[in-house]
This record gives sequence, structure tokens and C-alpha cells, in this order.
Amino acid sequence: MKKKLISLICCLTLVILPAASFTGCKSDAQSDDTLIVLNYGKYIEADVLKQFEKDTGIKVKYEEYESVEDMYAKYKAGSINYDVICTSDYMIETLRNEGELIPIDYNSLEYYKNIDPEIIEASEAFDPNHKYTVPYFFGTVGILYNTKMVDEETVSSWNCLWDENYKNRVVMINSQRDAFMVPLKMKGYDINTRDKNELDEAFDMLCSQKGVAYAYLMDETYECMISEDAAMAVCYSGEAAMGMEYNENLAYTVPKEGGNLWIDSWFVPRTCKHYDAAMKWIDYMCQEDAATQNFEYVWYATPNLTVAQNEDEETLADETVFPTKETLERCDLFKAYDDETLDYTSELWKKLKAY
Amino acid sequence: MNNKMRTSFLAWPYALWVLICTIFPLFYILGYAITNDAGKLTFANLIVIADPVHLKSLWLSVQVAFITTVICLVMAYPVALILHNLKIRNKSFIVFLFILPMWMNFMLRILAWQNILSNNGILNNILSAVGLPTVHILYTKYAVILGMVYDFLPYMILPIYNALSKISDDVIEAASDLGANWWTTFTKVTLPLSKDGIISGIIMVFVPSLSSFVVSNLLGGGKVLLIGNVIEQEFTSARDWNTGSGLSIILMVFVLLSMGIMNKVDDSENGGMLL
Repeated sequence: MKKKLISLICCLTLVILPAASFTGCKSDAQSDDTLIVLNYGKYIEADVLKQFEKDTGIKVKYEEYESVEDMYAKYKAGSINYDVICTSDYMIETLRNEGELIPIDYNSLEYYKNIDPEIIEASEAFDPNHKYTVPYFFGTVGILYNTKMVDEETVSSWNCLWDENYKNRVVMINSQRDAFMVPLKMKGYDINTRDKNELDEAFDMLCSQKGVAYAYLMDETYECMISEDAAMAVCYSGEAAMGMEYNENLAYTVPKEGGNLWIDSWFVPRTCKHYDAAMKWIDYMCQEDAATQNFEYVWYATPNLTVAQNEDEETLADETVFPTKETLERCDLFKAYDDETLDYTSELWKKLKAY
Repeated sequence: MNNKMRTSFLAWPYALWVLICTIFPLFYILGYAITNDAGKLTFANLIVIADPVHLKSLWLSVQVAFITTVICLVMAYPVALILHNLKIRNKSFIVFLFILPMWMNFMLRILAWQNILSNNGILNNILSAVGLPTVHILYTKYAVILGMVYDFLPYMILPIYNALSKISDDVIEAASDLGANWWTTFTKVTLPLSKDGIISGIIMVFVPSLSSFVVSNLLGGGKVLLIGNVIEQEFTSARDWNTGSGLSIILMVFVLLSMGIMNKVDDSENGGMLL
């Protein structure tokens, strides 16, 4: 009987443990010479981080997350008082609507002038009057394809993702907003639509696409394309650039219907305890050296104008890294959903996964 | 008295562990499960299991866990029996070989399966090298089942092997003396006496495979939605801890139910109808 009890406890622990791990741990750094940073994974050159600590004497506690939703969950868990966070456009808008942002003191930023005014202007979509954010990187969502298996003509439209000839050779993006963006764009609808009929239509299209899809992936997409396990993949431009470094048969395009333009920016959340250090951090990221090093590590388009001076022409002409004006015109920024639409699309996403 | 004090003192770390890591989270989750985001009492989070999507993924989880358990049992029993009957001295070394893979990081082993099963993976390269058609396994539920069988097999082998080791040779000899052939000995003596091992093996495999979400994440490629994945998504992307907790509680009920059924089988076959 005792044995059974022990095995019962063991089993309960197995069930509970994954959930319990979400509670996280507490940390309250109050001293002025520390800074708690939250950023996407693989989104900074490690040397820049070290150099920042050396130059400013500020000790950085650097945390990473994988998806926008993870970032929100981490932030909302409230166990760590983040000082400065980098995340994507529509999530910043959500946090702004919730009153979680503190305005940035642009006067204290010496190198803010390095940032492309056009990107700052585009940022107004999620940060009206530009009070809360400093752009870090931007890019597009498109199709990374293998030129040995797919020709350019095929990938000129999102239609190719439904092509039965590529059954089990198509990687779909494992992100709710980006996945829905594809059928919405094909139908010519607004990618921020709240119309349930339009969303339902997009959902039905994604369901029929699931039969062709090899998998829904995010961080593993480029590995999958490098090893030529798949013929094409919906992914972010930086992911594509990284894949193209390793396999010369790969190419990237934003189909004619257009895609999503995203801007990742730094902002200061309400939990900030070291505002001055946070400003120093953001300013440091705008500096030419740091921005160049970061750019050469992540390969997303940089809004930093000084970086372009340091790059050779080949890099600058690379449309995967620096989308052309024409491409950008076809792309839209995501806007934050209201609660009802968020619930509705989450439900559809879950249904799609269970389909 | 003094002695008793000393032993109960030794039990403290364990009691503390259970309190912090089992009892407390359990109540925490229960608290979330029966309240809404405004903190009001509600049963809505438990009723959501009736949602077709959740029922579908729960049913898929039960199927996957059941198939995994059956395959593990069918593979593990003969292995344990052979191990037990081996007439060599270093039996513990062989057992050690079975545990050895568990020393490697679990994620690493599952990632290795990705490389083996992928479209351009090792398996398909071998198949095409010998002129056979390639197969599409990765990112299907079969890959998930395979990953789980691979992962949980030792948990089935070890308890059965242990149970078999406890059967005295004298009992087997007595059966032969009384004229039982190999098959009769097996069905009438060995199998009933190893039942405890089988049952703990089944529980050790069925329960984690019912709630697992990592294997289906990595080998299901986001196409196989188990109840564990639903719960994970509720906690992360849907940001709904209440629903996630509610579903966890439902899953726990399922686990307890299945264990209850197993224990019932255990009791009734012992011939004791004490309950």
C-alpha cells in the first residue's frame, strides 16, 4: 500500500511539475549598477553585452525568450522587475494599451539620431507620437525556398503553400498571427481584420493547408531548410538570411500579395527600477559599433543608418536582409487585437492544431 | 522514544520536499482552476474539457498513451524475461546498458530522432540507398509514439525485471516437478508473480505519456496536439492560467482514474475481494 502511495505521489508530481515550473523565482535587485534586460533569444552579439558592462560598469542580468507570447507570460508573471525589454510591434501596442510603458527620455540618448526616421515614422503604427520605443531591428515574413526544388515563378504567390506537389515539403510558421496573415493577404483582406467571417475563411484555408504542411516550426525552420528536408518555408527574413549562409540553393521572397513588416523595439516597462541604466543601455544599442556587431550577428535589417556605411555593397544589395521599398509597400504592420479577437483567433489557432 | 525522534527527524527533508513541490503547487493549481481571472469562484475552467478541441486532444492523448504503453509492455516483458534467464554473472551490467541512455539528456535523444526520421534523414537515406521507397514519419503521431516508446521503455523493463528477480527458482522448479511444461509455468507461475512489476511498469509509462508535451512538440512539429500541448499553450500563448489549471486538474483526474482501474485489476486478481 505504501508503495502505491509513493508511486501515486510520484505520478502527481510528474503531472504538476511542468505547470509548477511556470511560477519562476523571485529576484529583486535594487542597486543602481545593475540592469535587467529581456530580449529575444539569439538577438544580441555576446561581445556587445560584455563591452557594455566594461564601458559603463553596469552589471547586466540578461534574460531571453522565444516567442512574443512567452515574453508577455514572463513579464506578466511579475516575479522579475525587468528594466528594459525588446519585443515586437503589436505586443508593444498591447502593453501600451495596458499602461505598462514608461516614456523614453529621448534627450538623454546621444545616438538616437542614428536611427532611420522612416522606421521611426513606421513605428507610429504601434507607438503614436513615438513616446515609448527605440527601434532595434526590422524585417519581413516571406517564403524561404530551395531553388533546386521550386522555381521562382511558383513562390511568387502564397498559393504555392497549398500545392499538393509539395505535400510534406512545406514548413508553415508556428506563430498564430503570422500564419493567419498568409490567407488574409491572399484574399486581399486586412491582416488586422476583426471580421469573424474573414477570420473563419482564413481558418478554413489554413486547415486545408495543414494536409500539405510538413510541420509548424519557428526556430528550427532554417535547419530544416539547410538540410533540404523541406522545399519551402514561411519564415522571418533574418531566419532566411541565416539559412542562405549555409546552403547556397536557398532563396527568399515576399510573395506578390504582400506580407508582414515587423519592427522590434526597445521599451521601458513599468517594473523598471534602474531608469538611467536603461537609457544608457538603449543608447549603447544605437551606437555605431554595437549596432554593427549586432547586425553582423543576427542579419535582420537594422534601422541604424551608420551601420550601412560599414557594410559592403553585396550585403546592402541583399534584398533578404534589406527589403526593397517596393517590398515594404506590400507589407503591413500588425496591430494589437482587442480581447475578443485575441480569444477568437487563439481558439481558431487551437482548432487548427487539433484539426 | 529517542530512536523514533531520530528517525522522524530524517523524514523531514522528504516531508518538506513533498510539501513545497507537491502539496503546495497542487493547491495553487486547484485555486486557479476553480476561479476566473477576476478571482471569482467558477467551474467554467473544468467544463471547458467538453470543448470539441479539448476532447479531441484528450482522446488523442489517451490513444497515444495507450498504444505507447502496449508497445512498451510487449517489448519489455520478453526483454526482462530474457535478462532474468541469462546464465551469466554480470547481469547487472546488462541492466546497466538499458539504463545508460537515460543518462543522456532527454531532449538530445529526441532531437537525434528528428535527424533520423526527417525527410532527408538517416532512415530515408538508408531506404533509398537500398532502393526502397522513402517514408514520411517525422511530424506525425507515429513519430510521437515512437519517441515516447523509446523514452519510456526503461521504465517498463526495470520494474518487470525486478519483479521477475524476486521469483525464487524453487517455485519454477516446483512447477516443473509437478509436470508443468514451459508454457504452463509461464502463464500459471511467472506471469502472475510478476504482475506487480507489470502494473507499476504500466503506470510509470502510461501516466507520463498521457501528460507529456515535449515529445509531441519536437516530433509532432506542431501538428499533433495532445492535451499536454493544450495546457502548455493555455499557460504561454493564450495567457490563460485558469483554463490551463482547470485542464490540468481534469488530466489529473484521468490519471487517478486510470491508476484506480489498474489497482482494481491488481486487487481482484489476487482473489481478495476485500473492498
